[in-house]
Amino acid sequence: MSMLAFVQWCEASLVGGTIRRSLWLFPVIESFHLVAFAVLGGTVLLVDLRLLGLVMRSQPVALLAAGIRPFFRGSLAVMLVSGVLLFLSESLKCYYSFPFKVKIASLLIAIVFAGTIRRKAASADDALGPFWSKLVAVISIALWATVAWGGRWTGFSG
Amino acid sequence: MSLLPFCQWLDETAWSTALHESLFMYPLTESTHVWALALFVGLTVILDLRLVGLTLRSLPVSEVARRLLPWTVAGFVVMVITGVMLFYAIPVRSYQSIFFRVKVVLLIIAGLNVWVFHSGIWRRVATWDRAPVPPRRARVAGVASLVLWTFIIFAGRMIAYNWFDCDRQPQPGWVNWAAGCVLESD
Repeated sequence: MSMLAFVQWCEASLVGGTIRRSLWLFPVIESFHLVAFAVLGGTVLLVDLRLLGLVMRSQPVALLAAGIRPFFRGSLAVMLVSGVLLFLSESLKCYYSFPFKVKIASLLIAIVFAGTIRRKAASADDALGPFWSKLVAVISIALWATVAWGGRWTGFSG
Repeated sequence: MSLLPFCQWLDETAWSTALHESLFMYPLTESTHVWALALFVGLTVILDLRLVGLTLRSLPVSEVARRLLPWTVAGFVVMVITGVMLFYAIPVRSYQSIFFRVKVVLLIIAGLNVWVFHSGIWRRVATWDRAPVPPRRARVAGVASLVLWTFIIFAGRMIAYNWFDCDRQPQPGWVNWAAGCVLESD
């Protein structure tokens, strides 16, 4: 099955059609998506700003990262579920949208990065040394900012 | 007193039209509004969750509040600037949007919630700073903030939809009243 055939199948799906035909469903799901983004952004920024040495330097980064992790995962889960629903309702538009492709690519990289290198960087103070810790934080913020940018501009495209 | 004439005057200024029709400035302003949302609401949520006793329980509440505050303020400033710009780009329609009006009311209530919190239980924070679960009045402030900002985001997102716009008549009487629509028959 080609990618286009898969996207057409998504577009024709019952869930996608139901959301598309409803006046309220898309805006409401999108609002949940946005609320979850705000929470996700806060959890990401807390750890990244700490890695940059800009907030709560007196607290171990591992403690902050572990404490906030349930909310990082929870908000990411809400984002993914609501995001899939939004995608199903306008799959073809997304398929032809450049910002959407940028968004999905940066999202995949951001998730893998968060679960590997960034997790290592936040596992102990200066786990990677001061330079690499800060670089990891900058890359993390840049990746999630790109995800948000791509999401917002998907709405402007098409 | 109606602010409608002022909004109509704003609407006719050249910069308002330029911003509204700009291919890049308008979307960029929207994107910046969303980016700042993560900074402002995101960090506010972390403080709220600490006030409710759901995260970072081993940290003093005052430390979470004071260390995050400069960033929250920075996020808030960007939100207000970009928010004013978004309003300025489409003044009359925004002014007569039910969702925009709901958002403004909720913002005022959120401000009052902060004021009640700071002039009340926060003054005695030294007595409960290290409590894993803060006292009831602090928890109430945290929950109120979480609920208010959720609805503020909902209301803000809904401004984009024109279901209740004044130029889509007939609308129910309460819609025209709440949106401040000026009907031709009036």
